[in-house]
Amino acid sequence: MSDANTLLDVENLRTQFFTEEGTVRAVDGISFDVNEGEIVGLVGESGAGKSVATSSLMRLVEDPGEVVGGTVTFKGETLIDFEENTKGELRPSEAMLSNAEMRENVRGNEIAIIFQDPMEALNPVFKVGSQIREFIEINRGFDEGEAKALAVDMLREVGIPEPEERYHSYPHQFSGGMRQRVLIAMALACEPSLIIADEPTTALDVTVEAQILELVDDLREKYDTAFVWVTHDMAVIAEICDRVNVMYLGEVIEEAAVDDLFHDTKHPYTDALLDSIPRPDQTTAELNPIVGVMPEAINPPPGCRFHTRCPDAREVCKRAEPAYQDVSEPGERPHHVHCVKYEDVGYEYSDPLDTEATGAFAGDLMETETEGEADD
Amino acid sequence: MSTTIEEDAQESDVEDATAGEPEARVGLRYTLSQLKRDPTAKVGGYIIAFFAVIATVAFIDTNVLAWVGHKYWFAETFWVNPVRDPATTQILRPPLSLTNDLHPGAPGDWNHVLGTDHRGRDILVRLFYGTRIAMMVGIVATGIGTVMGVVVGAVAGYYGGWVDDALMRAVEVLYAIPFLVLVIAFMVAFGRNLLFAMIGVGIRTIPVFARLIRSEVLSVREEDYVEAARASGVTNRKLIQRHVIPNSFAPVLVQATLQIGINILVIAGLSFLGFGAQPPTASWGQMLSVSRGYMLPAPWFSVWPGLAILLAVIGFNLLGDGLRDALDPRIQNR
Repeated sequence: MSDANTLLDVENLRTQFFTEEGTVRAVDGISFDVNEGEIVGLVGESGAGKSVATSSLMRLVEDPGEVVGGTVTFKGETLIDFEENTKGELRPSEAMLSNAEMRENVRGNEIAIIFQDPMEALNPVFKVGSQIREFIEINRGFDEGEAKALAVDMLREVGIPEPEERYHSYPHQFSGGMRQRVLIAMALACEPSLIIADEPTTALDVTVEAQILELVDDLREKYDTAFVWVTHDMAVIAEICDRVNVMYLGEVIEEAAVDDLFHDTKHPYTDALLDSIPRPDQTTAELNPIVGVMPEAINPPPGCRFHTRCPDAREVCKRAEPAYQDVSEPGERPHHVHCVKYEDVGYEYSDPLDTEATGAFAGDLMETETEGEADD
Repeated sequence: MSTTIEEDAQESDVEDATAGEPEARVGLRYTLSQLKRDPTAKVGGYIIAFFAVIATVAFIDTNVLAWVGHKYWFAETFWVNPVRDPATTQILRPPLSLTNDLHPGAPGDWNHVLGTDHRGRDILVRLFYGTRIAMMVGIVATGIGTVMGVVVGAVAGYYGGWVDDALMRAVEVLYAIPFLVLVIAFMVAFGRNLLFAMIGVGIRTIPVFARLIRSEVLSVREEDYVEAARASGVTNRKLIQRHVIPNSFAPVLVQATLQIGINILVIAGLSFLGFGAQPPTASWGQMLSVSRGYMLPAPWFSVWPGLAILLAVIGFNLLGDGLRDALDPRIQNR
């Protein structure tokens, strides 16, 4: 899967949380890659494992969570790698960077994170400028004067008016959009190759969101930084991303270039997701929400994990674990999907399955309908 | 200040609640302005300022003027020899400790405003020099306890797991030993002087601060800015120093202020038992200790040092209460 200019390559990454109720398989074997200067979207409902996936990349998953498998390579460095020991157990392999190397060489100066809530991501007791300056000092080894000059430059770069004066302001003196700009300035200050943006515009209103997205697009071109853009907002994805990974219950279920995903949707979940939001290119009288809620990641459904809510579910979906495969025609851009529809396991001959989405349980809600009657 | 805020309101993408306000709601300046509006805190502050000035003057008099050969110049000039008789000056000097055998055990008069003790020492002068000791022991003992307690508690709270268990159990062991026994044993082992009294009381204060800051750190370490700092490659040590401790410090500051008052009282108690400042150094507790043999015939021996202790402790408690209100944004007493 990796090309010459692949920056980040994630293979079969698995992260689990060990709780009293059982093992939560928050990220269960996801694979994706990010090329240099590319914005790759990671989209999914709440609880799909998006944020856990990103903190796993940085090896920042906290107790009781743990990365239990997979390989992550970044610029030729192995961030995560596992090997089997003599007893057949998976153990972190020798090739992995040590924690100190991870901290000194990767976090901040090679991979930076922009957090979801700009209100919470700045330390309230220190001035904004000194926080950026300190960040630069730690990661680039500048002295105080140089770091300050760079910090002011970065503030100007992200569109903060009068950066010299705002350098001395406290976080509470900034508005939400301004703080998000500060965080972007901070992330960019050390010129990382990759920025992980963990729902950075979710806490902002749409006008500010648009400004921030525009800013990020400009800065991406200027600094040639790649982004992993985590969001649940398809509109943001359409706006900013080059490629998209759709996540559902700890798995990537579809991966495609952004145009292909929107106009040549392969997976029923992505289809349902797109159906549930208004689209400028389609007119619809009523939106179709996705029925039901995502099952617990402790006990994921057998077979295809989406079959409990899938409008196209058939008997075989309960049994066959779908493979993650490229379904693009020769000559097209790669389009990966995780669905038995595209496999030769007898989907066509299988009986339709009664699920929430096919209206099987609608009888609970609407008494006029009889059990098993599909309403679509 | 006001111009930047107006511009902020104009320039910012979203006006948030604080951007348009005329005044910041956090920070040192705000806390001080809140304190000024609180009459009890103000009274406490004035009491402490009063004692602090006295202690500073007394310190200069004993420690700084000693270099130029004028130790006790202040007391000699104003109190010990008010009749300005050069013949008696010499015998009144230390090591006889500011005595005036001409007036032993006298109640207050114009020469000795608060009276003299059984050896003719002016009680006001002794209180004056005792202030220095009281303020010093209160602040140093509390300082030792605060610094060590904050480090232990912050490390325990931040790392959690076995580090937390080990440190906090050790702290609880410290809590379990009866306090006077601990400090007295400590002083018997190392030496009966003020330094060890301060260290002993300081160590004894560690658990208070360790527990307090640990509970605060447990919530602060989950904040996004801590994780953001971790994600940007900050070491754990720097994280604790720069992000965790400063954001957990408000309750510690309040407790430290209250604790200074408590520790002054405790060390006065130790002096009363003979384990604090040793004679002839004047300290409030030791003055009380001596005066207990003269309570009926000369009540002023004990009343004045007792009042001094009371006033100092009240001062710190009032200021501490005021600080607590000022640092808690939920309490708006205006």
